[in-house]
Amino acid sequence: MAYSEKVMDHFHNPRNVGTLDKSKKNVGTGLVGAPECGDVMRLQIEVDEATRTIIDAKFKTFGCGSAIASSSLATEWLKGKSVDEALAIDNMAIVEELALPPVKIHCSVLAEDAIKAAIKDYQEKSQNA
Amino acid sequence: MEKRLIYLDNNSTTPCDPRVVDAMLPYFYEKHGNAASRNHPAGWMAEEAVDYAREQIATLLQADEKEIIFTSGATESNNLALKGVFEMYASKGNHIITATTEHKAVLDTCKRIEKMGGEVTYLEVDNLGRVNLAELEAAIRPSTILVSIMWANNETGVIQDMKAIGEICKKHGVLFHSDATQAVGKIPTYPREMGVHLMSFTGHKMYGPKGVGALYVSRKNPRVKVTAQMDGGGHERGMRSGTLNVPGIVGFGKAAELARLEMAADAERLSKLRDRLESSLMKMEETYINGDVNNRMPHVTNISFKHVEGEGLMMTFNQNIALSSGSACTSASLEPSYVLVALGLGDDLAHSSLRFSLGRFTTDEDVDYAVKAITEGVNHMRDLSPIWEMYKEGIDLSQVEWAEH
Repeated sequence: MAYSEKVMDHFHNPRNVGTLDKSKKNVGTGLVGAPECGDVMRLQIEVDEATRTIIDAKFKTFGCGSAIASSSLATEWLKGKSVDEALAIDNMAIVEELALPPVKIHCSVLAEDAIKAAIKDYQEKSQNA
Repeated sequence: MEKRLIYLDNNSTTPCDPRVVDAMLPYFYEKHGNAASRNHPAGWMAEEAVDYAREQIATLLQADEKEIIFTSGATESNNLALKGVFEMYASKGNHIITATTEHKAVLDTCKRIEKMGGEVTYLEVDNLGRVNLAELEAAIRPSTILVSIMWANNETGVIQDMKAIGEICKKHGVLFHSDATQAVGKIPTYPREMGVHLMSFTGHKMYGPKGVGALYVSRKNPRVKVTAQMDGGGHERGMRSGTLNVPGIVGFGKAAELARLEMAADAERLSKLRDRLESSLMKMEETYINGDVNNRMPHVTNISFKHVEGEGLMMTFNQNIALSSGSACTSASLEPSYVLVALGLGDDLAHSSLRFSLGRFTTDEDVDYAVKAITEGVNHMRDLSPIWEMYKEGIDLSQVEWAEH
């Protein structure tokens, strides 16, 4: 299966790889997928609490090229967005941007799940604070 | 840097040996006859060439040339052996025994036979990929007509104890078929010596052309017959109709002759090269060899790199290196290799595996390049892997509640 140029670019030069300090209360972490399924994505966001804007996003992904590219792209899109805007990111936008073939659509679904999980984690932490 | 493709996927298919192609060329144009044309020189030349190839192949197997039935490849041979025996011996029984690590050409044929009223036992293998002989013997019933166990596995290279299985089959009067696709031409495969009555193999795994294979069918002690699966001109002693692929058969014969002459030297060189590849890659932590290292093909190794997904790993180097992964993300199904899962590997390790299969044209430089590229690839993927990070932090991954999808 041939990959699109955008997938190859994100795969070889992934954006925003890394780890944020999950003990900070303005950091939300989403961990989705399972090793048995061949995909695990961890996506983290750091939110400016005054403006509710995502000021940083990092990821690490265990998975195929499309899974890595989907999460890399997601971090690019998240930075600078408000939490509400981030919640509106749809997996099909990722499919279109990366030209994912049908067998790889689940990678984009996982990325959307990771975004939502990270935001949920942030919201729970900030409510408890 | 010079861009070249390093080919470490010889279990998928081998390149043709140039000597094979040279032997084939006259049979496309100058000697283009139909081997079944019995009444003119073009036909005689083709028939003579087929007879010679049949002899070359029989010699490789220490078999009689009348025991070689040409087919289109190993998938057809497996179909013909299993369905052909099932039909031919229907009055004796309807039960077949095979193993879960067989190739799909055997497993899916067995599934079809079950729909046709047959009964099939699928034996589990141990964690080294070997069939348990006691379980095999215990599975034999009065209605058992055939045992089908592959000679060497395509993914792990694990070689089964053919002689012991042959003896069990002889003791119980059951026919023994082996899918020897990965073994013929690479290691000695003498069906009579091992008690194998039917054996499937193909040209393109042994430096011959694609589209031509054969089924060995024992002609005496016992005399085995299979019911033809295609109707037509009654070629190949009535077992396989269809005009013979003369250029392909000539190439297949030449490939068999070269294999017979060069097998020992090839195997010795490749096993050293394989061991070098393997020991270099095993220097990385959390790296595991899959299958029985004491009973396997000389040119194959299957390695899992924990916490790295195989398809992603391959993407780091697949512009330059061709090999296969046990991760099924490459296919439409998301299931990892059923062969590795049958060995008891968790799905995570099965997803993390690469299969290396070297060949006659693999060089020392190829292996050195591959070691470097794959080591870099594994390190790159582990830097990207959240589960590698968790493992490094000492988190027990089996205790994590994964959000499965």
